[in-house]
Amino acid sequence: MSASSPRPPDAPDARIAALAQAHAALPGALLPLLHAIQDEFRCIPDEAVPLIAAALNLSRAEVHGVIGFYRHFRSHAPGRHVVQICRAEACQALGAEALERHAREALGCGFHETSADGAVTLEPVYCLGNCACGPSVRVGDDVVGRVDARRFDELLAELRGAP
Amino acid sequence: MSRVFVPLDTSARALGADKVAAAIAAEARKRGAAVDIVRNGSRGLVWLEPLVEVEAGGRRLAYGPVAPRDVAALFDAGFLDGGAHALALGPTEEIPWLAGQQRLTFARVGLGDPLSLDDYAAGGGWRGLKNALALPAAAIVAEISASGLRGRGGAAFPAGTKWETVRQAGDGQKYVVCNADEGDSGTLSDRMLREGDPYCLIEGMAIAGLAVGATQGYVYLRSEYPQAARILAAAIGRAREAGWLGADIVGSGRAFDIELRIGAGAYICGEETALLESLEGRRGIVRAKPPLPALAGLFGRPTVVNNVITLATAPLILERGGAFYHGHGSGRSRGTLPFQLAGNVRRGGLVEKAFGVTLNELLHDFGGGTLSGRPIRAVQVGGPLGAWIPPAQFDVPLDYERYGEIDAMLGHGGIVVFDDRVDMRRMARFAMEFCAEESCGKCTPCRIGSTRGVELIDRLAAAGGAGHGERLALLESLCDTLLHGSACGLGGMTPYPVLSALRHFPEDFGIASQGHTP
Repeated sequence: MSASSPRPPDAPDARIAALAQAHAALPGALLPLLHAIQDEFRCIPDEAVPLIAAALNLSRAEVHGVIGFYRHFRSHAPGRHVVQICRAEACQALGAEALERHAREALGCGFHETSADGAVTLEPVYCLGNCACGPSVRVGDDVVGRVDARRFDELLAELRGAP
Repeated sequence: MSRVFVPLDTSARALGADKVAAAIAAEARKRGAAVDIVRNGSRGLVWLEPLVEVEAGGRRLAYGPVAPRDVAALFDAGFLDGGAHALALGPTEEIPWLAGQQRLTFARVGLGDPLSLDDYAAGGGWRGLKNALALPAAAIVAEISASGLRGRGGAAFPAGTKWETVRQAGDGQKYVVCNADEGDSGTLSDRMLREGDPYCLIEGMAIAGLAVGATQGYVYLRSEYPQAARILAAAIGRAREAGWLGADIVGSGRAFDIELRIGAGAYICGEETALLESLEGRRGIVRAKPPLPALAGLFGRPTVVNNVITLATAPLILERGGAFYHGHGSGRSRGTLPFQLAGNVRRGGLVEKAFGVTLNELLHDFGGGTLSGRPIRAVQVGGPLGAWIPPAQFDVPLDYERYGEIDAMLGHGGIVVFDDRVDMRRMARFAMEFCAEESCGKCTPCRIGSTRGVELIDRLAAAGGAGHGERLALLESLCDTLLHGSACGLGGMTPYPVLSALRHFPEDFGIASQGHTP
């Protein structure tokens, strides 16, 4: 494609600008807009920041500051799956720390990192509201209870498509 | 057609409820049995999830915990008609763990399909709102005040007083904000209610709107609860379609609507002013008070900010009267609290009881001790900012004032159990670490003090010897600074778990049990 050709309508920045415009009239629009962008693109790409700022009449610094403040928002797309391990007290009481160590070993990566095969990004989370049957793990939008090392390996195998 | 109930609650699903529901559907097809599978909320007996119920002889009969591999045998046993099986628990309402509770706010949770408007109305839903529609605003507030209801998010501020302040705050745009961002570990009541009885929260918010003259409500829900978000979003849509929300609530000429907003993984947004900042589209940084949110809250307008359980209790109070609710409880703590038994506990889940119950009753009679079978050593009540309670204090009645007297707090009613393998120095360290992780950065004691606290506790771990006493004194002094110098409850209450660990378990900090009194 030559530099002068019009961008296709589904190019990310056109789509982001459209999302931003669609949210512009909403009171307190920034978080809903960031969610909408991340839900679609799996992250808030850096090039989205000026588009958001322009649409909501904010400075780029303000937008950047909000993205950085909230743990949920990320600037880079994660691995194919996001696995969160609860670090909070109720899960600690049932061995969350051991599970965390096992997960780091099994994936060969730490929190906020992605396994070498790109399958899994590991994240800490502080409470999934599943406190009476921990340790708890969230895989995508599903919460799994009573996760020990063996159950974690089963989940990983499912995610990696292995038998 | 047999009705079978398989919960869709997060915890039930976390233990395999979806697969159980699929297995029941498949087995029924195979056998040509006509089965209507209802995905209900959870009864709160998390230790028995997935808890499957059937309707037989006009009663609900329970089986649990059910795994997919049990399903064929349950059909063989004729469970659709209440047949005997090793997993049979008898009539659900007669399970002692449930029968011993006082379900007021949670009366409907787990009974039916949470999105069924028919189920909701059949269970007494909308009666409180209908009563409220016939009352002047001041009378609605008076009923809430008479009930003695206090904020269930932890601060225990009288709900009626807050509502009255907003009601009297002049005309113009006002808001009702539901704080659904509870991130306290050991807390599942709010999530269970939103997933199991979402119309109850909607009804409570509408009542609050009528009481204070607000026409717009927001639910600020944490992003960690995707199932609650799905159910609540659907419930808001259906309630609007049915006329319970919108410009003209069931033909009354009164307006109230609700928008669901999703948080983004910041514990601090459970603090009401940080939540308002977040709703307005900014970083969740706490605001200085005054002005109170009741006078200058969301977008600078008078705003009721209440927790999920507080709002979801309003329909009952408007239906049965403030005096009925006030008739439960102890001292100045009126009504019930949905306690949550969590962590290392054999029979965990939701226990709604009137204030005044003791940890001994909850941990032993309901909880059955630890899951590990080892002795309970420490219990954290009220989330990550709550104090650690040693067994010697398990007989203190759970009410706001009595807990205040022992330098503890009820908070959200979350109870997290640890056995005798817990290292209380590590738990004190975690409290500081959590504060550092979640601090919004507004005030120095919290932003810097929490990190210094982690370092100090690490140096304590180097154990005993010269300077140990000085380091302990420094930790206590740091806690004093956090307690009195922080802008909000995060920094201000992190000392509770730290100092209570130090006070009740000095041996874990290299102090002989006798002698040193922190």
